[in-house]
Amino acid sequence: MTDSVMQATQQKLVNVIIDNVEIAVPEGTLVVDAAKRAGIDIPVFCYHPKMEPVGMCRMCLVEIGRPERSRDTGELITNEDGSPKINFGPKLETGCTIPVSEGMVVVGYTDKVSEAREEVLEFLLTSHPLDCPICDKGGECPLQNLTMAFGPGKSRFIYDEKIDLAKHVPLGEQIFLDRERCIQCARCTRFQDIIADDPVIGFSERGRRLEIVTFSDPGFDSYWSGNTTDICPVGALTTADFRFGARPWELQQSASICNQCSVGCNTTLNTRREAKAGGRNVVKRVMPRQNEMVNEIWLCDKGRFAYHYTEAEHRISQPLVRKGDELVPATWDEALALVAQNFKKASGKFASLSGGRLSNEDFFHIEQLTNKLKGKALLDSAMAGGDMTAQVGVGAGTNLADLGAGDVIFVIASDLEEEAPLFWLRVKQAAERGATLIVASPRRTKLHRAASRVIEYEYGQEAAVIQAMLDSVSPKRPDQGQAVKDLLRQEDVKAAAEEVFNAGNLVVFYGSDGTDYAASKALAAAVANLLIATGHTGRANSGLIAVWDKGNAQGAWDAGLRPSEDLGADLAELKALYIVGSDPAADYPKLKETLDAAEFVVVQELILTETAKQADVVLPAQAFTEREGSFTNAERRVQRYYPAVPAVGRSRADFAITAQIAEQLGLELEMALPARAFANLAAQWPAYAGVTYAKLAEVHEQWPIIGREDVYYGGTTYDNSQGLGVQLPSGAERGESPALSFEPPAEAAAIKGLKAVPVTVLYDRGVTVVTADVINNRLAHPQVVLSPADADKLGLEMGATAKLTLNETTSSVVAYIDNSLTKGTALVPRSLGIPIHGPTEAKVEAAR
Amino acid sequence: MIKSIGAILKGMWTTFKSMFEGPVTVQYPEEKRPVRTRFKGRHELKRYDNGLEKCIGCSLCAAACPADAIFVEASENSDEKRFSPGERYASTYEINMLRCIFCGYCEDACPTEAIVLGDNYELSFTDRAQSIYTREKLLDPVPPGGKPTPQKVQPGLYDRSIPVMENPKD
Repeated sequence: MTDSVMQATQQKLVNVIIDNVEIAVPEGTLVVDAAKRAGIDIPVFCYHPKMEPVGMCRMCLVEIGRPERSRDTGELITNEDGSPKINFGPKLETGCTIPVSEGMVVVGYTDKVSEAREEVLEFLLTSHPLDCPICDKGGECPLQNLTMAFGPGKSRFIYDEKIDLAKHVPLGEQIFLDRERCIQCARCTRFQDIIADDPVIGFSERGRRLEIVTFSDPGFDSYWSGNTTDICPVGALTTADFRFGARPWELQQSASICNQCSVGCNTTLNTRREAKAGGRNVVKRVMPRQNEMVNEIWLCDKGRFAYHYTEAEHRISQPLVRKGDELVPATWDEALALVAQNFKKASGKFASLSGGRLSNEDFFHIEQLTNKLKGKALLDSAMAGGDMTAQVGVGAGTNLADLGAGDVIFVIASDLEEEAPLFWLRVKQAAERGATLIVASPRRTKLHRAASRVIEYEYGQEAAVIQAMLDSVSPKRPDQGQAVKDLLRQEDVKAAAEEVFNAGNLVVFYGSDGTDYAASKALAAAVANLLIATGHTGRANSGLIAVWDKGNAQGAWDAGLRPSEDLGADLAELKALYIVGSDPAADYPKLKETLDAAEFVVVQELILTETAKQADVVLPAQAFTEREGSFTNAERRVQRYYPAVPAVGRSRADFAITAQIAEQLGLELEMALPARAFANLAAQWPAYAGVTYAKLAEVHEQWPIIGREDVYYGGTTYDNSQGLGVQLPSGAERGESPALSFEPPAEAAAIKGLKAVPVTVLYDRGVTVVTADVINNRLAHPQVVLSPADADKLGLEMGATAKLTLNETTSSVVAYIDNSLTKGTALVPRSLGIPIHGPTEAKVEAAR
Repeated sequence: MIKSIGAILKGMWTTFKSMFEGPVTVQYPEEKRPVRTRFKGRHELKRYDNGLEKCIGCSLCAAACPADAIFVEASENSDEKRFSPGERYASTYEINMLRCIFCGYCEDACPTEAIVLGDNYELSFTDRAQSIYTREKLLDPVPPGGKPTPQKVQPGLYDRSIPVMENPKD
């Protein structure tokens, strides 16, 4: 459904008859959409329900009749039997460009229509190579299906007159173009222009010579490129990742959830037994799965291509126990007994440190175990506010697609496309529907293109921006800091405050752009306060969304895990340390000694990380593709994922390992069934009350219809039959009154010289990304982004090599220049091998 | 009575006649009887005259196979290492002869006439693993004048997977 139709759903209904089926659809619905709703297929190629129609391919030609009215009276003219007289046009009309009108009659089965369809297909196939046997789309190809259903069966064109065009044109490393197969429907170029807002591909030349070209360097430079292969109605665009991987009918499907960021996109993992992989079942491709409340039918390229880390060759396949300087293989019984024995001794001097990509069940068990041992349950994250989102987060039933005119979306301290691409997409679309988008950021991001108001501040003033907004409306606080006073001079701050206070619905996103834990904590409290002050809590489509730095950070917060304010202090003088899915030794090089000092370190991981190499016991965990579990996304939607491939070696699921350790400590936790572990957790966490695995697997009809035999219509995205998840009610909805204290943000220690702040890039060099060959060339280089003035002063040009010193660690980096940065600030992306956890002083020199 | 004697004589005459006929049995395996034109024996993967494999790894034979006896995995050709014309070739091709029912559907499904059920019916195995015929076993020998695959070829020469074919005349 296009945006205009979305809004029309509230409007009046129009009665139409399509192929003798009577149906009432909202005014403004296009004929093809109305037919689809009536269960009638009008074939299309260029039309896509998520985009405005263009009427280029002519495949949807139908006979359309309208009731005839008297010219004098305006009354309907009736036939003898009293039925309205229908006046059919002399020519066929395109069903994709014409909205329905009252009494319209659409006919798609007459000879005239059949002939037209045959002719259109005959033309489309004049130069199509018909190499379906080697085409990756073969088997799920709209052109193939529609030709079989509506095609002429024979061509009058001469085979030898087909034009031969290039068959293997890389539009970048991820996407290949086959020029011969293209039927020039422009779905891909329109998607890039309108939906992805990355107009990097376009048409060149005309007629039969027309081709898709990319005009970015590197080619097809977009985080969304994979989606064009889903909506391409032929095999013209295919991904390099899946190229000749299998035929679509040979693939098995498993529902999964992407945990690369906190959006929680629904995916389908296509698997197949493979001889190349030694006869194992392997994931052949990741496809989006429709969930109109989360990712609609889209998926970013990171989610699509970065799954390869789960099949890395160096996955740990058996428990390892330290004997002297070496880690030697051991049995599970030995390893678990050793772990339990040492944990028992460590009661009171114990800590667990978990990464944010684990499941809710894992976090629940880790928290229970840590609690039993009177230890600290820590989360490896630099963001705060999970308690705030639980209280004043968006309410149950929130759908960003429902936001439009009169509503306000306020994004602060987040480069949304880099941190959570699908949020960017949906926020941008809300802005296009008329929602007021206020973006507060110290620099320009891609979201600014859609913004209706921009607030500028200096890094470190995040919470002050909110305070200034509150103060501009009700100036009661006497203890205004200097930053607040400065910000209050900005007209946009006052105007934004007005808009926020008068908003119909208000959704606030806050991210981690330039913030450390302390700044994040202040910011989260401030935005929560803003929502409460403006009365936008406790209902659907209003509330707070934290753009988490880790996929399931919300689940970790709900479990009671907390990020450490000072990891060095928290990990010091411990008798035992339990590290699950986290690599502090690599992320915090300074902690190496602290980790060495801990008496007994257990690491539960997929691969032998820097931390694991130092550990006393290493326990092999299963990747998310190998097990079952649930994640809670940033909108607090709990979603279930299912196993797709067999586990590597003797690895076990994280929640099971923790339960097996706990068993030996006299704590009973569920060891086998994640469903039961979830039931236990739901009994303890108030917001999860009543949620069960069965509820998470419930689905309902979604629009547009995609997948199945309807691939011609919405693309090859999978339809959702395995669960849409459950959005949790916020504390405010459950009647809890938020216990909030609004502390004025602490003034951060002044940084002399150049101030480096951590930012997030999508294609970082974390362990969950680097093993994907297809996007390897696109990964960000270790870099520092400077303002033009600073770059000038340092004598650095765009792309020059520089030496960056942060906290006495020097790295070789590439210097980039961002014109929107203010002098004295430098951006250093996280997870690129440069240890940066908060604003800090930087020294940059040109490398000799 | 006379009638029955006549019947006996008639039967004896047949016996007598057959005394002068040659034997129908052959001394297999020393002697082999030729098979019929449309006999369906062990599969062969054909090559073009220049030695390139006809199989493009499309998996349609596997899809058509009612016994699920065929397993195909495809990879990409390059002009440096070319196995077959076009972009795609079968890097793994396996037929489980214990499963195969020799129906010939694979032959019908093949868009390049690469797989042909040949004349060989001598399939016996001493363990189950032997019944899996791999690509190497199934491929025909390189014809005289052809080169073995992978070949290094002139770029742009073999960019079409499926040749123009005529309807069978047989």
